[in-house]
Amino acid sequence: MSHFAFDVAHMLAGLIVLGSLTMLYQDRLTALINVLAGQSLLLAASVAWQGHLQGSAELYATAALALVFKAIAIPWALRALVVRLGLHREIETVAGIGLTMLAGMGLIALSMEVMLPVTGAAGPVARQDIALALSVVLIGLLIMVTRRNAASQVVGFLSIDNGISLAATGARGMPLVVEISVAFSVLVACIVIGIFLFRIRERFDTVDLGALDASRGERAR
Amino acid sequence: MIGLALVLLTPLAGAAVLAGIADYRASARVNIAASAIAFAGALLLLAHRPAPGRFLLVDDLNVVFILLGTFVATTTSVFSAGYIGHELDTGHLTPGYLRFYHAMFQLMMFGMNLALLANDIGVMWVAVELATLSTVVMVGIYRTPAALEAAWKYFILGSVGIALALFGTILVYLAARPEVGEGLRAMEWTVLLRHARGFDHRLLDVAFIFLLLGYGTKVGLAPMHAWLPDAHAEGPTPISAVLSGLLLNVALYALLRFKLLLAACPGAIAPGPLMVTLGLISVIFAAFMLYRRRDIKRLFAYSSIEHMGIIVFSFGMGGALGNFAGLLQMTMHSLTKSAIFFSVGHVAQVKGTQRIEAIGGLTETHPLLGWALLGGVAAIAGLPPFGVFTAEFLVLSSTFARQPALAVALGLGLLVAFGALLARGTELAFGPPRGATGPVRASYWPIAAHLGLVLVAGIWLPGPLVAWFRHVAAMLG
Repeated sequence: MSHFAFDVAHMLAGLIVLGSLTMLYQDRLTALINVLAGQSLLLAASVAWQGHLQGSAELYATAALALVFKAIAIPWALRALVVRLGLHREIETVAGIGLTMLAGMGLIALSMEVMLPVTGAAGPVARQDIALALSVVLIGLLIMVTRRNAASQVVGFLSIDNGISLAATGARGMPLVVEISVAFSVLVACIVIGIFLFRIRERFDTVDLGALDASRGERAR
Repeated sequence: MIGLALVLLTPLAGAAVLAGIADYRASARVNIAASAIAFAGALLLLAHRPAPGRFLLVDDLNVVFILLGTFVATTTSVFSAGYIGHELDTGHLTPGYLRFYHAMFQLMMFGMNLALLANDIGVMWVAVELATLSTVVMVGIYRTPAALEAAWKYFILGSVGIALALFGTILVYLAARPEVGEGLRAMEWTVLLRHARGFDHRLLDVAFIFLLLGYGTKVGLAPMHAWLPDAHAEGPTPISAVLSGLLLNVALYALLRFKLLLAACPGAIAPGPLMVTLGLISVIFAAFMLYRRRDIKRLFAYSSIEHMGIIVFSFGMGGALGNFAGLLQMTMHSLTKSAIFFSVGHVAQVKGTQRIEAIGGLTETHPLLGWALLGGVAAIAGLPPFGVFTAEFLVLSSTFARQPALAVALGLGLLVAFGALLARGTELAFGPPRGATGPVRASYWPIAAHLGLVLVAGIWLPGPLVAWFRHVAAMLG
């Protein structure tokens, strides 16, 4: 494999991780969704590049799926939801940006440390992709635990999904099963989420999970 | 082949048909019929096993799970028919939601059966995801704030768990690819197992950590259990019964399969100690949590965490005896716990509440229901002569022979849980009657069938069953 091909693949995967880091400090929901859309776009580009490298038509189809659903349809639906619920003006306080970013970088280091030594047999591109994909997954988890808002938790989950897609395409020749299931799960997730956001709104007049926590646990019925 | 078709296609067809039936009595009957046909299919599979195909696989291991699952689903659908009538009368559910509920019930059954029968790690993952999502929407079906919170928590934690499991699945494929070659074959169980010897064991190690965390979340192991009590307490009671009786087992089955894979690869970490640790943490944590429960369904949800802990512990210990005890414990727990949820469902409907302090003296006001609940509690707490006692005794004694310190810790957890369950059980069953004492329209035979089986298993295990479980235990290594 030429140096150039490897460098492009590596750069795209690296940019996806950068997208995850950028998500960590967004304090507006619409901005957060925009970053997610950008990350999904990079994912589609990365998958398409892999398709080019591996000469696989299937991967081009996967890239098209990622482009249509992850980069366009889902962000669009989320944005519409956010505007409809009037959340786009709200500013979310993200606690301790510096600390979160440090934690994010620590997670990237951790995934390199864990994945690079064990993926020796997987080929250089897959090796980098898997390691970077793990850091996207871990940062997605970090986004989910540092946010109080139901909508931003969903964004965090979708970025975890992006990381998994990156890993799946890095694994050469992985059957389409996984890609279909990824698209499927994102779609189903969105349906469920849509219903939930409306219902939570209906019940509490807010989608701040703090309000949900008040009703936690064992109460009289 | 007929067996396979019945087990897989009946729930799928049932879901489609049930989505179109408006009358709830008719749909409850169709629900029962579909579940019963799937159970008949499972019996056929037991008698005649088709050769493993590309996507589906029937072997001694998953037949246990399929048989148990379809049986509990059948009895649950009978219980559910009576249960939903009351929910409709009290206005908790509307006919529209019931239609949705029945369709989702069968869809979940399809997901679980497919997950158990899949010969492909990707298909298995999709099926578990399907089963999870269909239960998520059922947990939220009452649309109360508490139900929505429970469903949301379940959805988020379940999705994260299942995402981690997918990452692990991809790593398994990566490990298999150099040995097996690219494509679907590198995701087939039968092929994977045959070639596991040559896999990169370091990659498998990392993969198993993800799979354990991912599917372990769905098993309800502490500390990833947070969704479980809420989902059990706030959803309809038939769903609590299938969650405890079936869905946890499906995730456990996935773990066992991957454990087999690791065992076949020399140099890979031993999955046993990891499973033993998580299992023990779950048992001890849940045992202490049992004392502070004030909600009757939450109480038994924590008991489910405790029992899944025992089962994972037992499979983690492994060996012929450990695996045998784990299988037996799993079967007994599924049967007992769903029987308990059947009686709890009726009790909560009569009393109009799930608060333990508002329920009391059941043996006086509703003798049959009260004694059924008490019998279930005695069985799940591990009192002889019920089957749970046999299984727990086996787990403890086999552990004592190999790791006395672990056995002491496990025994402590069991004792603590025993105390909590019996204290709560007697509080519910005896003493002056508390709460409403209206008449109850309960369907007793599902409870009787389950507890009867558990009782029989405690007194006498049939020879063929023992031989079968022994065979599976040997297969699990």
